[in-house]
Amino acid sequence: MQAFAFWVLAAAAAGSGAAVFVVDSMARATFSLLGSFLCVGAELLLIDLHYLGVLVMLMMIMEMLVMAVFMIMYMMNPAGLMPMSMVHNRRGALAISGTAFAALAAGAVLVPWPERRGAPPADPTRALGEAVMGPKMLVMMVIGIAILATMIATVVLATHRGRYDRPGSDARAEGGGGG
Amino acid sequence: MNLQAFLLLAAALFSIGLFGALSQQSVVMLMMGLELMVNGLLAAGGGFWFYVSPGAADGQVLVLVAVTVMALEMAMGFAVVTALFRARDVDLTDDAGDLRG
Repeated sequence: MQAFAFWVLAAAAAGSGAAVFVVDSMARATFSLLGSFLCVGAELLLIDLHYLGVLVMLMMIMEMLVMAVFMIMYMMNPAGLMPMSMVHNRRGALAISGTAFAALAAGAVLVPWPERRGAPPADPTRALGEAVMGPKMLVMMVIGIAILATMIATVVLATHRGRYDRPGSDARAEGGGGG
Repeated sequence: MNLQAFLLLAAALFSIGLFGALSQQSVVMLMMGLELMVNGLLAAGGGFWFYVSPGAADGQVLVLVAVTVMALEMAMGFAVVTALFRARDVDLTDDAGDLRG
């Protein structure tokens, strides 16, 4: 039963992932991507990662809703009324990604993976919490600083008088702008 | 359901994302390809945790980092796209080739 659910979800995840680059509207592409994320979140639920599975689902729902707004802002084909294909070098990209898949799949099947060590804890969420508040605290601290840096950087980049937008002057022509 | 199955799923998602990142002309579609690649990483991280070393929490922490990286990547990507669009009216990768070697 679990194996069946795994393969159904895996097919759905890969299928909706592929649909992202096939459908005609960016809004549909965003929701296809959301579908792919939800399937992967459900796969995590299958292997006892209840907290991380739900976290992925909730985060990605929010993230894709925000993304949908940006997609609609930047999309060239709002309603999907016309066929949309905006690709360059499709053949090369197909060849490279096909080769990458073949190599990764061969590695996944052929590499003698180590034997399983230990058993899953009764409550993986508790184990994760104790890890990030104990031996893995450095990871959480780096993540925290990265999030802070991202918040500052995004605001700096996106505000109207940013480095790349000075009214009445061309920043590049100025040669760095006397900084 | 075993480690190989999870890694095959991860490989499929990663390759689909790679195709998108290489082939899409719109910068926002390119970012969706990157997100799909990180999505594959989530599946692989979870699989490694459960089938190789469930006793330690390392795999779970890796998934947590990947989820965060995905959110940060999207935020930074949209900020850069917005800045680029404001300055030059560019939203295609072909027009943003400043770093082309």
